[in-house]
Amino acid sequence: MNIVVCIKQVPASSDVKIDPVTGVLIRDGNNTKMNPYDLYGIETALRIKEQTGATVKTITMGPPPAKSVLEEAIWMGCDEGLLISDRKFGGADVVATAYTISQGIKKLGDFDLIICGKQTTDGDTAQVGAEMAEYLGIPHVAYVEKVLEIKNKSIVVRASMDKTIETFEVEFPCLLTIDKGHVTPRLPSYKRGKEFKDVQIPMITFQDVIDQDETHYGLKGSPTQVERMFPPTRNTDKVVLSGNMSEQVQQLTDILKDKKYI
Amino acid sequence: MEVKYNKIAPKDIDYLKTIVDEGDILVGKEISEDFGKDELGTVKGNPDVMLYVKSTEEVAKIMKYANEHHFPVVVRGSGTGLVGACVPLFGGIIINTSKMNHILELDESNLTLTVEPGVLLMEIYDYVEQKGYFYAPDPGEKSATIGGNISTNAGGMRAVKYGVTRDWVRAIEVVLPNGDVEWFGRKVVKDSTGYALKHLIIGSEGTLGIITKAILKLEPKPVESISLLVPFASEQAGLDAVPEIIKAKVAPTAIEFFERNTILFAEEFLGKKFPDTKSNSYILLTFEGKNKDELKFNYQIAADICLNKLGATDVFIVDTDERKEAVWKARGAFLEAIKASTTMMDECDVVVPRSEIANYIKFTYDLAKKYEIRIPSFGHAGDGNLHIYICKDDYDLATFNEKLHQIFDEMYKKAKEVGGLVSGEHGIGYAKKTYMKELLGDSQIKLMQGIKEVFDPNHILNPGKVID
Repeated sequence: MNIVVCIKQVPASSDVKIDPVTGVLIRDGNNTKMNPYDLYGIETALRIKEQTGATVKTITMGPPPAKSVLEEAIWMGCDEGLLISDRKFGGADVVATAYTISQGIKKLGDFDLIICGKQTTDGDTAQVGAEMAEYLGIPHVAYVEKVLEIKNKSIVVRASMDKTIETFEVEFPCLLTIDKGHVTPRLPSYKRGKEFKDVQIPMITFQDVIDQDETHYGLKGSPTQVERMFPPTRNTDKVVLSGNMSEQVQQLTDILKDKKYI
Repeated sequence: MEVKYNKIAPKDIDYLKTIVDEGDILVGKEISEDFGKDELGTVKGNPDVMLYVKSTEEVAKIMKYANEHHFPVVVRGSGTGLVGACVPLFGGIIINTSKMNHILELDESNLTLTVEPGVLLMEIYDYVEQKGYFYAPDPGEKSATIGGNISTNAGGMRAVKYGVTRDWVRAIEVVLPNGDVEWFGRKVVKDSTGYALKHLIIGSEGTLGIITKAILKLEPKPVESISLLVPFASEQAGLDAVPEIIKAKVAPTAIEFFERNTILFAEEFLGKKFPDTKSNSYILLTFEGKNKDELKFNYQIAADICLNKLGATDVFIVDTDERKEAVWKARGAFLEAIKASTTMMDECDVVVPRSEIANYIKFTYDLAKKYEIRIPSFGHAGDGNLHIYICKDDYDLATFNEKLHQIFDEMYKKAKEVGGLVSGEHGIGYAKKTYMKELLGDSQIKLMQGIKEVFDPNHILNPGKVID
């Protein structure tokens, strides 16, 4: 079984700066980390690997320093990494990003399962995974919080949708986007890092992808334009219940139902 | 010492009402029974009146009156202590400082922070770290007040590198038992001016005076930090590694030791999985540095030693906010988790020379076998201060108490043998008095009694605590 996990390097803190003129995120190359949701994607893949002996490859698109998240994935237990990097891919929106990565995945050979984090913490759109599945012509399930069963030709997963919790069975090849669930991602192993320290992470550029039409990539391939960008507002809202005891209990019950705890 | 205290009468309540704001005085049954104990839970007392104070002047007036009328007074912050130190054994007055909770001044020229005693530890971190500063003492209980921390000389996880609360207090404003107000220490770095009265108050557990303001020392916040979670195949291997890491000259900020079982309790308690539970014991090392390169240099030396020389089965990197939270949140919940795992427990916070810590914990494993009782432990291996818990589980109370007594006797005797002390950071309070007396001997206890006599000749402040 071949699994591909798509990961991304994101700013290490939500305290990011936006260029007031261009509206583009000022990326501090020194202060980055792997997208936290991707850690759950990797953990999910590695658990399937432990169960089935699958091979887990990771792929990322970004500037050359983004290679470090692929190395980190190997330290966590993944087998290989592939970096997609080219100036021509820069400035991509979700559509162009999804298209470019789907092109990159084709270079990785056969796959049974593609795993993405639910979303990234910088772009926050949660669209790239689903769009990639469309480009690759495979089914996908979003917001997966648990893999319930791995069968020969399919996988059974539980997804936490907006108002419901649903169970799906999808045939391979397919794509899952993983939400933070009931697992805690494993930590990178320094020991494994040393064992794999000589492993080279291959990089592919525009000239390596199959579709050589430049208008499908980067800024040129992006139908959406960013009008304005701003850091997330800090939300410290508190809910205070009021009324008599039974009213408060009712309100609390409604909240817990809404959050799917009961 | 036998001291007779007067009973608080309605006229006294009437007077006390004139000192504090309306609603800041609770009398008799109005006071929740929670205020008759601390986190230890087994030492109990019934206060007659509790006053929420808001200023030094209020505290001074209360003390003057209590001193003149011979009422016992106990100061209380968040009540998170573990030795019964804030329990009103003789009834009387509780002065509750939790409403004196203002941060008064950040002095960036002198690198100090002036606070009232009821400010919570977590509020201090939030405030100073946002401004790029750092207050190093890091006890596990972040909802404790700074007044309580100073009163017990709380330690915490970063003591290995940065010392304890005592090392981070520049000065304190103290209301003496007679109502006089004094500043001990100043906003200065050096102090060679007579006896160190400030240091007598620090760690005196509310028996000598009441802290009403504190000037804390700050440092610029270290820019980068990383933790290493180092698994070992056995408890023994983990413990044996600690002195070797100290010898390696890599200056970790914290060296924490814990057993697999403790992690499992924390997982259950928090409802959250720890990143790794495959090994029998773990050491958690933290490094801080000015930049990533300095950090990497130090942590790699430590990681290589752990792997190549000390028999660690791996070294896990805890580098991002998410990873730090997954690991440190569990570490912060160990005490509560062990508590939740048993019906009742008592704790021992002995401190021994760091070279002895491995042997000492092995000794507690032997005790657990000998007395057929569960004795989990975890904590600050790097500074020789482990927290050891004796769990009652299914034993009946009488059997448990008997075993507890014998185990404590053996543990404190052993601590004395290896050059240790009764308490590393939780204090003596009520619960550890006899063990301190035994370990330090009559001569030192007499000196302490003399000091108490000078500060509090009427013995009204926190009677029955630390020394008799």
